Amino acid sequence: MNAVAPTPASTGRRVSAVSGIVTIAKRELAAYFDAPIAYVFIVIFLLLAGFFTFTFGQFFERGEASLVSFFSWHPWLYLFLVPAVGMRLWAEERRLGTMELLMTMPIAPWQAIIGKYLASWIFIGIALLLTFPLIITVNWLGHPDNGVIIAGYIGSLFMAGAYLAIASMTSALSRNQVVSFVLAVMACLILVMVGFDPVTTLLARWLSPAAVEAIASFSVMTHFDGVTKGVLDFKDVVYFASVIGFGLFTTGVIIRSQRA
Amino acid sequence: MIATKNLTKRYGEKLAVDDLTFTVSPGEVLGFLGANGAGKSTTMRMITGYLPPSSGSVKVDGFDIVEQPIPAKAKIGYLPEAAPSYSDMTVLSFLKFSAQLRGLSGGEIKQAIRRVVDLTFLDSVLGQDIETLSKGYKHRTCLAQSLIHDPEILILDEPTDGLDPNQKHEVRQLIKRMGETKTIIFSTHILEEVEAVCSRAIIIDRGNIVANGTPAELKATAEAAGSVIMSLRPPQGMDAQSLAQQVAARPGVLRSEILVEDGARLVLLARPDKSRAQAGFSGSLAEWAVTQHLGLEDIRVEEGRLDDVFRALTVTDAASQQAKQQAATEAAAEGAQA
Repeated sequence: MNAVAPTPASTGRRVSAVSGIVTIAKRELAAYFDAPIAYVFIVIFLLLAGFFTFTFGQFFERGEASLVSFFSWHPWLYLFLVPAVGMRLWAEERRLGTMELLMTMPIAPWQAIIGKYLASWIFIGIALLLTFPLIITVNWLGHPDNGVIIAGYIGSLFMAGAYLAIASMTSALSRNQVVSFVLAVMACLILVMVGFDPVTTLLARWLSPAAVEAIASFSVMTHFDGVTKGVLDFKDVVYFASVIGFGLFTTGVIIRSQRA
Repeated sequence: MIATKNLTKRYGEKLAVDDLTFTVSPGEVLGFLGANGAGKSTTMRMITGYLPPSSGSVKVDGFDIVEQPIPAKAKIGYLPEAAPSYSDMTVLSFLKFSAQLRGLSGGEIKQAIRRVVDLTFLDSVLGQDIETLSKGYKHRTCLAQSLIHDPEILILDEPTDGLDPNQKHEVRQLIKRMGETKTIIFSTHILEEVEAVCSRAIIIDRGNIVANGTPAELKATAEAAGSVIMSLRPPQGMDAQSLAQQVAARPGVLRSEILVEDGARLVLLARPDKSRAQAGFSGSLAEWAVTQHLGLEDIRVEEGRLDDVFRALTVTDAASQQAKQQAATEAAAEGAQA
């Protein structure tokens, strides 16, 4: 073996918070695209999005140039697809044992949490962007309000982010990706259902309207409703941002408790 | 420099690491010995900041690992027990990733990778996915990661595990060479490794330090250490038993044993009484054998063996099981008598 030569790279170097996050995110994103499953995911996402839009969404029958029929299915579409993207985030780290490497690197755990989260969010963002032929289609067929469409995309991305933060949290709970997937689907399902019309009507039989409204205000449905119509309310953005904040914070708490 | 103070780790009721206090300075290679489950890995995980201690503290070059984890972690290179790595990455991209997290940039990264790849002989597999590598290569990939920022402090949990004998030798040489300037702690249960590499060894058993010293000092504590072994060709008609008794009667000798008795040749072992000073113990025995015309052919002092020390100080699962069974049968016998 060669002599241990001194290097200019002296020890004790610190990484800035941003470059730590970027390094983690880049690795994670590369890991997504290294696996064939990523392309399978994108294809399934696009097929399902199209299927919902044109069949249940009655894209043509509506006779209007808008993407309401596209966006209104997103809470259901994301229910399975987003947990599938997020399930590996921490479960894989624990299965491989690389958690021990990551947590002994000179970066704060929150940098790793945000870096990994951003990577999976960007991945979903890419999948979402690939639905652009729909925009071209409606613009070719009629004269839609493109501002509404852009608001819809932004809102949809926020909702995916909220689901993903929950998937990040459940992913930290188990080293088994399937378990973390199921937990995430259940958690997201509750968030959808408490604001889903059939459920709220049912609840209204027993609870006061104020109570039903309070419960429904925790639902992604309630906050996504405006988005599909092109209204990106500040309240709704705050809601999605709080779910993201909660999910990531809890991820940190779980990871911390597992090391104790 | 690493300093632990009253370092303790509790898992519920179970005490995994119990009140460890020790320091390791630059230029020292500390061997961490212990049976499986003795608390070696837990201690290393606390030093590297992966596990928070239940009580006590770890200082890494003056930085407390809990209070100031980032500067402390920046000084450490760590090879965890199972040598984990991202199996979907290539060796090159994994090392690049590690270098970036360590704050290296651009040209430094290339240089650092070149350096560690040479040190750990990874050249031929640089472009391969880690999951396709053999265990030895995976292990060295993780070792390379721990060296990427040329750290002042290295914590290596079983660095030679899973390597072939040549690779083991190379890694030992590497540790020894780096130990001249760096602070190194490595764990192992290969005792010859400790003798070959360490300047100091700590034996821990059930979370406690049971021995702490240079390998030579530890060996000296072996029961057999300091014993004198004499090969004799005594004149015809001399009885081996009576000779052994004569040896046992010499001043400073605790007891003697006949090791070999074949025809004219007789090998005797004289165990010194360690409670008294033993300067010139072997010399006086040699002198005596010569004046008695016992045909002294060879005389040597037993160094003691690290395995004996290790076995005497640590309790194996089998031994504790045996003790339990014995206690149970004794209790049963007492019960029968009563």
